[in-house]
Amino acid sequence: MDHAPTTLIGDALNRVDGPAKVTGTAMYAGDYKIEGGISEGYIVEAPVGPGRITKLDVSAAENADGVIAVLTYRNAPAQKPYGTPEDEGRFTQSHAVLENDQVRHFGEPVALVVAETLEQARYAASLIEIEIEPGEGVYNPLEHRDQEEQPESVDGLSEVDTYEGDFDAEFAGSDFTVEASYFTGAQHSAAMEPHVTVAQWDGEKLTIHMAIQIIASAVSAFANTLGIDEENIRIISPFTGGGFGSKLGVHNEAILAALAAKHCGCAVRVAQTRRNVFANGPHRSRHLQELKLGAGKDGKLKAIRHYSLASMARNYPFAEAPASPTRASYSANAIHTIHRVVKADIPKVDSMRAPGEAIGTLTFETAIDELAEKCGIDPVEFRLINEPQADPTSGDDFASRRLVECIRTGAEKFGWSGRVKPGSRREGRKLIGHGMAVAIRPNTLSPASAEVSLTADGRLTARLDMTDIGTGSYTILTQIAAETLSIPADRITMELGDSSFPTTAGSGGSFGAASSGSALFDACNSLKSALGERLAQAGVTANAFTIKGEKIVAGDREIALADILDQDGLQAEGSVDPDNHGNGKAEYSYGVQFAEVEVDADTGELRVRRMVGVFDAGRILNRKTARSQLMGGMIFGIGGALLEESLVDDRYGSFMNRDFAEYHIAVNRDVPDLDVNMLDGYSKGSNPLGSKGIGELGICGAGPAIANAVYEATGVRVRKFPIHLEDVLDQLPAL
Amino acid sequence: MKPFEYDRLENSHDLSAVANGRYLGGGTNLIDLMKHQIETPDVLVDVTRAGMDTIEQRDGAVLVGSQVSNTDLAAHPLIRKHYSVLSTALLSGATQQLRNKATTGGNFLQRTRCQYFYDTKRACNKRQPGSGCDAMNGLNRFHAILGESENCIAVHPSDMAVAMAALDAVVLTRKPDGSERRIPAADLHRLPGDRPDLDHVLEQGELIVGVELPEKPPKLQAYRKVRDRSSYAFAVVSAAVALDVEDGQMRNVRIGLGGVAHKPWRASKAEAALEGKAPDTALFMQAMREEMADATGHGHNDFKITLAPRVVVSMLKQLTGLGEN
Repeated sequence: MDHAPTTLIGDALNRVDGPAKVTGTAMYAGDYKIEGGISEGYIVEAPVGPGRITKLDVSAAENADGVIAVLTYRNAPAQKPYGTPEDEGRFTQSHAVLENDQVRHFGEPVALVVAETLEQARYAASLIEIEIEPGEGVYNPLEHRDQEEQPESVDGLSEVDTYEGDFDAEFAGSDFTVEASYFTGAQHSAAMEPHVTVAQWDGEKLTIHMAIQIIASAVSAFANTLGIDEENIRIISPFTGGGFGSKLGVHNEAILAALAAKHCGCAVRVAQTRRNVFANGPHRSRHLQELKLGAGKDGKLKAIRHYSLASMARNYPFAEAPASPTRASYSANAIHTIHRVVKADIPKVDSMRAPGEAIGTLTFETAIDELAEKCGIDPVEFRLINEPQADPTSGDDFASRRLVECIRTGAEKFGWSGRVKPGSRREGRKLIGHGMAVAIRPNTLSPASAEVSLTADGRLTARLDMTDIGTGSYTILTQIAAETLSIPADRITMELGDSSFPTTAGSGGSFGAASSGSALFDACNSLKSALGERLAQAGVTANAFTIKGEKIVAGDREIALADILDQDGLQAEGSVDPDNHGNGKAEYSYGVQFAEVEVDADTGELRVRRMVGVFDAGRILNRKTARSQLMGGMIFGIGGALLEESLVDDRYGSFMNRDFAEYHIAVNRDVPDLDVNMLDGYSKGSNPLGSKGIGELGICGAGPAIANAVYEATGVRVRKFPIHLEDVLDQLPAL
Repeated sequence: MKPFEYDRLENSHDLSAVANGRYLGGGTNLIDLMKHQIETPDVLVDVTRAGMDTIEQRDGAVLVGSQVSNTDLAAHPLIRKHYSVLSTALLSGATQQLRNKATTGGNFLQRTRCQYFYDTKRACNKRQPGSGCDAMNGLNRFHAILGESENCIAVHPSDMAVAMAALDAVVLTRKPDGSERRIPAADLHRLPGDRPDLDHVLEQGELIVGVELPEKPPKLQAYRKVRDRSSYAFAVVSAAVALDVEDGQMRNVRIGLGGVAHKPWRASKAEAALEGKAPDTALFMQAMREEMADATGHGHNDFKITLAPRVVVSMLKQLTGLGEN
């Protein structure tokens, strides 16, 4: 071999953008520099909401050092009404801010101070005098159950409610039942990079540098908010510092930056502070979930009813679907799933990593654990008994389902030896518990397109508006191109995150890699065909060829690329259309999670000791980045079970723990030993690559495995999350 | 952040020029609070280059300069050998990066983490006297169960100060007029009463120059911090326990509690109940129940009344060989 083997899909290729990121040359939105400088905007938040602004005195701020302008509803450039057009989705409709004297919720911007420096803007913001006449607010859905309603749609599912079978009869006829209410707290994605946007106008042209997950819908959002043509908007976002759903759409700082840049006639950056993010970024709603399960003596599930109640931010149509996993996990005679919301005067509620499954498996899989125990059946065995042959709700065949293999592999790797009497496993001062749960997450494909260009110097450039939110988009796309065209990875330039590039679905819903990857795969195959034709024209017939340096090697022939390419190289386009894939089959990624926890027998402190996850995500595109994604998901699961909660003061409808000291994300010490395993596979029919979504799968089932382990350690079934030490304190052994 | 003047103190022995300034040490808390305009000093007086940065032994006692970093203090051989409770407490606080910057004097003077103190849009008597206390009927899981007042239920967040209180450390101060004070660490902070805006007894311009750790501290020492997250989290409840066991009897029993009061709380009732007695689990629990006799919960923090005794009893058992690690 006189050259390195071609990089293949699945290889553990190091991140191609890694050196740029660790040396600080990767250009994140907030890092962007413009000749002539960028003015800084600082958000002034409403102290309460809903309400009406009765006093807004900005004179002192306007006269403060360095202040260029103070934007309020009185002088902000015109916008389309918030939430219009109503028939558009939440990502593309108007996200107007500073619209009028009405305040929707606490923390909503009531002014933006623009100054030469951030410090000047921040200080001037403190000089603004605001008075708000408070209105009647709805904050906590549990206090307004009379207002619960069926949402028009729920996230990720075609039906809001499903009623398969006669639940009442099956539940009544069950030998063992579980009936319980669960509460999960509000959460924030809390990405490391707060939301940030730099806006600059050139006549009618608006250029935006922003942290965003999906570029195309953001373009529409700016157009619909500002009433301008999409052609006049360019969004550039080559790197985004974490999203977890919180950057799927545009948020207040983005619109404020565009308004301020227009008003001031200069480039303006608005970076949300960490505290801003908790009110001006989206969050996962608090949920009440009620579960009723029934099984026969043989452990076969007869009846499942999963009801969920959440907050929906008023005029922002998003409802999470925690009963999503319930529809597809197990076979049962009757499965009823119901989603309800109460419209509330709170900051935006939106997708947070694994919307539905993260908190849906948390409750459903702990209820299943409880039912298995009542049946006297090991929880691993219980799940095997109830394995369905077809999708339990739709009746569709599964595209691919290797859950049983995941469970068996996981049990062996973990050393699952069956349940012990709760509280009976002890090491010194620590009570030890084991638990397991199943992971499931719908797998989807979205429309996407890509273009590639090969030049005579043997370099391939690919362009698509796909984003990289830390997941490894640059790397897996490089691998797809490298394998398809047999070209070394280091000869490939992947250009992402620009609205002038072909449109993709961006990063979200675990569909990013499959969608943009399939489009690129198609583009590369087109280029390969075109290259083959050029070779044939040059008298070379070859079934396979590789690109090596500035030459094409086909069998024993070597042809200079310059001899067969046009002066500007050879270009091709590609796309993927979801309608051509799936074949009406039920598409999910699967997994299993096993957890060992320790509970301090004296103080009740809860810590995870080790976890084993085994996942079926079809074909793995990069073993290293996939492992990182799954591991990150499992860590999210630790957070959901034990740590993360955005605390609401229901008197004001405001979040109170708005920084990283108080909003607890797992730190290294909370994450001792995670064993991440992936089944080798290929999900035929799912998409041209045979992959399945992986970005959210790792969270699913992680939380309930921990909760079930806490039960085994302490004998306490905690039905509110995150679980805290005081939830088990009274049941601990006497000292 | 409100614009301010910045001065640097060159010599900690001459404070005569310091009038209305706030002293700046590592700034890990004060600068944050200034950004939020919870603290709005007109003048900052940087004391990080004014000496006060040594640890030395004098007449058996150990003198710690107020500008010694938390990292250096925790790692010092004398501290690790004779005052391990202090070393452990320091290492359980914050993060390595913060400990590198945070100073001994500054650690005492960090302010409460009450979320209503931090949120300038909510009522807080500590931040804005007379505005009310939104924590009282609000989110108060982290709040005080001992010594609180109707005006304030905030807790002091320091780990170090709890260990200092248990060690009977003495805080050494100097005033602008040149006079000096020796304040027992346990008396440095106040209970809120009707002036929750005052965290401590220091006067304007009074500088902590150091801390004196008395000679012959109790031999058995431990610090335990109960927290939700295993690092970078403030204590739900913490305890510093130090004692000797001589001829089967407990002597010099010192118990400091963190996360339960507006100040590091010396459990003096429990200490008295244990002094001179033989170690015994039931006695430990009885002593701590006595200490908690006046404790009040405010809803979310009720469990601390159960938790605090369990923490101390667990530690006493371990230190006296009655319990497990």
